[in-house]
Amino acid sequence: MSNITNQSLSEILESIKSKKISSLELTQAYIKNIENAKKLNAFVTTTFDQALENAKKFDNKPNNEQLLSGVPLAVKDLFCTENVKTTAGSNILNNFVPSYESTVTKNLWNNGAFLLGKLNCDEFAMGSSNETSFFGNVINPIGDHLVPGGSSGGSSSALAADLTPATIGTDTGGSIRQPASFTGTVGLKPTYGLCSRWGIVAFASSLDQAGPMTKTVNDCSIMLEAMSGFDEKDSTSINKKKETYSKNLKDNIKGLKIGIPKEYRVDNMPKEIDELWEKGKKILKDLGAHLIDISLPHTKYALPTYYIVAPAEASSNLARYDGVRYGYRSQKGKDLIEMYENTRSEGFGDEVKRRILIGTYVLSSGYYDAYYLKAQKIRQLIKKDFDDSFTKVDAILTPSTPSSAFKIGEKTNDPVSMYLNDIFTVPVNLAGLPALSLPAGLDKKGYPLGLQLIGKALDEQKILNIGYAFEKNCGYKNEIKKWWS
Amino acid sequence: MSLDKEKIKHVAKLARISVDEAKVDSLTKDLNSIFKFIEQLNELNTDKVEPLTSILNQSLRSRKDEISDGKIREKILKNSPKKNEEFFVVPKVVE
Repeated sequence: MSNITNQSLSEILESIKSKKISSLELTQAYIKNIENAKKLNAFVTTTFDQALENAKKFDNKPNNEQLLSGVPLAVKDLFCTENVKTTAGSNILNNFVPSYESTVTKNLWNNGAFLLGKLNCDEFAMGSSNETSFFGNVINPIGDHLVPGGSSGGSSSALAADLTPATIGTDTGGSIRQPASFTGTVGLKPTYGLCSRWGIVAFASSLDQAGPMTKTVNDCSIMLEAMSGFDEKDSTSINKKKETYSKNLKDNIKGLKIGIPKEYRVDNMPKEIDELWEKGKKILKDLGAHLIDISLPHTKYALPTYYIVAPAEASSNLARYDGVRYGYRSQKGKDLIEMYENTRSEGFGDEVKRRILIGTYVLSSGYYDAYYLKAQKIRQLIKKDFDDSFTKVDAILTPSTPSSAFKIGEKTNDPVSMYLNDIFTVPVNLAGLPALSLPAGLDKKGYPLGLQLIGKALDEQKILNIGYAFEKNCGYKNEIKKWWS
Repeated sequence: MSLDKEKIKHVAKLARISVDEAKVDSLTKDLNSIFKFIEQLNELNTDKVEPLTSILNQSLRSRKDEISDGKIREKILKNSPKKNEEFFVVPKVVE
């Protein structure tokens, strides 16, 4: 079974179930791939010994009744894992070993999976290219000079390079969907509150949401089913019955109404993105869906609103890194205040410091109303745009990103041009909605491009169904040459 | 409005981040370009709009006031960069 790691998660689960391959053989195959892929820099930590132990345990006493029976998984290094170092891509957490497990990863392990390693990401998930990580930038398997997207760049790179059968990321402004789009993979940001935030290193708590990154839509439904669910330990967790997304996956989308928002056709958007959008519309129309023109008039204000709300929440969340209770502590400074200042200055990278300063400023005395309150009001308008549209349509189709993967270093000197990468993904976080990024085609250079399906709150099943039907009819195939091994 | 170097140093002080003098110029430039971008929001009149404070249509749950955890001092102290048996240790704050 030399090609097992090329396969989708659902195919791998089938092979385990039918004993075509053991969990140990599967785990060894991934370990081999990971060892050959050091150039991609996708991993911060590997847990091979622990994974091999767990695989043997499974093979000795297989339980095939679980959603993720016997499967090793690597996860973004933003999820706290018990007794395994969790860094959030930051120097300030470089020595942090949690004594607890995040709810979302615990859910995966309770469903039969086990940890293979921790994946690189932008520092505290702040970035769109995985270039802000303390552990160095991650490379996109599509090309050695390309970023894998961010912040879940280690996740997208590892998934596309067959270093994990599926993975999870977090999405505060596009950090699952944009890297999925850049690597030709599937990424879902669930409804705010569907997956527990407990044990995830916090960035912006009113926007953060964990979600699956997979090779297929079916895999995505399996992973979402496994990781989601009510959690008492997260005060914003939604208390509702658990859904069986994978069992209910259907490809009949006849009669569904798909909204096409005119505001997502932005200036200077490459023609290829427009053509891809047209192709997506045609596929859905041919499958019997109705296309309906809609307007989301406040779209252009979403990104500036986000750059008030997210840094404000981040500056508050990141106040906990004080060099006292955990993490890095500077040896310099003559008193407590200087110790704090030096610890935070040496422990955080430039982008994180920039955002803490923005957040501190917009929340500071005399500026709160002009910035934070204003942003909260516009967030209301953005949410209302979606609420109004969803009285007319079942889902909304847009491009995932305004471009394909860009070159390493291309945008690092211009923060605003970097931020503009999230122009199509950010509105969804502000409104708390679910959105799925699907690989849909290649640009002239042969780099993947994605389309995004946005759903009503808690309507994941519907966008997964539309995505499932789309995937079957799109003909997209990710063929990556393994240049790194 | 624009942010000058003094303002940035003040905000850095509030955020407990020491800023390298050599980096203040580039930081000022970056932050000003970000704030210029953010200030597009002033085009919108929001006088009659209610701020959105929670995305969920539910109020926060309350729970019984019961102790559900405890006796984990060792676990809590485990990751501290400086500690003794029972406490976190910080530089001297009282002369």
